[in-house]
Amino acid sequence: MSLNRILAYTMRHIYLYKRSLPRLMEVFYWPLLDLLVWGFISVYLSTYRGALPEFVTFFIGALILWDILFRSQQGITVSFLEDMWSRNLVNIFVSPLSVAEYVCSLLLISLVKLLLASTVMVSIAYLLYRFNIFSLGFHLVPFVANLIVMGWAVGIITTAIIMRFGQEAEILAWGVAFLFQPVSAVFYPVSVLPPWIKTVAFFVPSSHVFEGMRAVVSGKGFSVEEFFAALILNIVYIVLAVVFFAWNFRVVKQKGLLVKIGE
Amino acid sequence: MERVVQVEGLRKVFDAGVVAVDGISFRVSRGEIVGLLGPNGAGKTTTLHILLGLITPTSGSVRIFGTDPFSRQRGSILERINFTSPYVSLPYSLTLRENLRVFAGLYNIRDAEEKIDELLNMFGLSDIGDEPVRRLSSGQITRLGLAKALLNEPELLFLDEPTASLDPLMAERTRRLLIDINRSRGMTILYTSHNMKEMEELCHRIIFLNKGRIIAEGSPQEILERYGEEELERLFLRIAEEGGQ
Repeated sequence: MSLNRILAYTMRHIYLYKRSLPRLMEVFYWPLLDLLVWGFISVYLSTYRGALPEFVTFFIGALILWDILFRSQQGITVSFLEDMWSRNLVNIFVSPLSVAEYVCSLLLISLVKLLLASTVMVSIAYLLYRFNIFSLGFHLVPFVANLIVMGWAVGIITTAIIMRFGQEAEILAWGVAFLFQPVSAVFYPVSVLPPWIKTVAFFVPSSHVFEGMRAVVSGKGFSVEEFFAALILNIVYIVLAVVFFAWNFRVVKQKGLLVKIGE
Repeated sequence: MERVVQVEGLRKVFDAGVVAVDGISFRVSRGEIVGLLGPNGAGKTTTLHILLGLITPTSGSVRIFGTDPFSRQRGSILERINFTSPYVSLPYSLTLRENLRVFAGLYNIRDAEEKIDELLNMFGLSDIGDEPVRRLSSGQITRLGLAKALLNEPELLFLDEPTASLDPLMAERTRRLLIDINRSRGMTILYTSHNMKEMEELCHRIIFLNKGRIIAEGSPQEILERYGEEELERLFLRIAEEGGQ
């Protein structure tokens, strides 16, 4: 594993974002719109008598945390797509960059993009709604870490599928994370879900994170059970994702698809 | 002479039962320029991709510098080889220099900036080094691909139709350059092209493929004598029309 190669490939994407305003806008555009629309809706609803206490905190906190999951998945998948669109994948895979180094670079790129987008979201949330995500205190760290790892697992699997099925599967890059949103209980508690969806939700790490966040916001404290449930599921899923990627990479080479991706 | 490439009984059958490469064997020695020649669908590019480790063969063996390119030692091979083709590209939003810097990092090149300057100069790209690739003509993109391919001073260079989109002057310069590098550094080159004159001029040896099989192998002169033709182009047309019979 060479740190130089990982950084070199990461630089390829930093150069790209430095030079491309539309791409840079894309990092901020949707999170900002989400925050504006849903933030003002939650401010409005919170003015009604009988509204939930800490309504704004629940909602905006959930929005920011959901975006962390979404961005970490997209950071990986879109970076792969960039090389697919520019027909650069063959150059990358005949360079000494190993598959493991390639995956590590994707994770690093995802972190950089996430940091940029989150900084903007957190600042806007504070400026517009006086919402301070850091009021969650130290508990924010395990929440965020779990969401990032889940986003990575989903991103790695999505990338592998796109590698296998090419441009037809490209839409997954933008849509796949939302498949998990209903069962992640982002904006409502797991308790409102029908029993069979509750079972599904139990196996989705993000549902434990959002349950944990609600517990902290409503003053019930940090739930160790929810944290460990998310952590264990994430460890299993990230290992499975990497194994799936490596297996898929072999299949793609057997089928001769690696040289045809993007055609 | 040291064998740089050794291919034995190489066969590739794709899912639909399409036999792209049908049991070919050949060797390439250090310092040779070897051309893979043949009509479309002959198996040239598939062979090249197998040697680069991008496609797994169905059967047969490949050794590059004596090592299996599909083994865990793949990385050590890749540091010593490079590749370019007009069918792959470099990121359009990055400048020429940025692209070369990225690959210099991937190949762990010392004194990268110096090397980049040298290559940009060599391919007449110095003046546009800070332009994004999207502003380049196809010929300039091809030259940038060649510059990328020479960054790590490869011992073995794979070139897939490297002069396809170059004007005659730049194509001639590129051929001269490849001959110079081959002579001065002993760089081995495995080459595909549809330009028969280029093949005759450049290659020490030609491997003529048709329908996944080697139908002739030798120096351009030997092959022409064997088939009683005066030009490779006429021989190519004959073989393509006869379907290799």
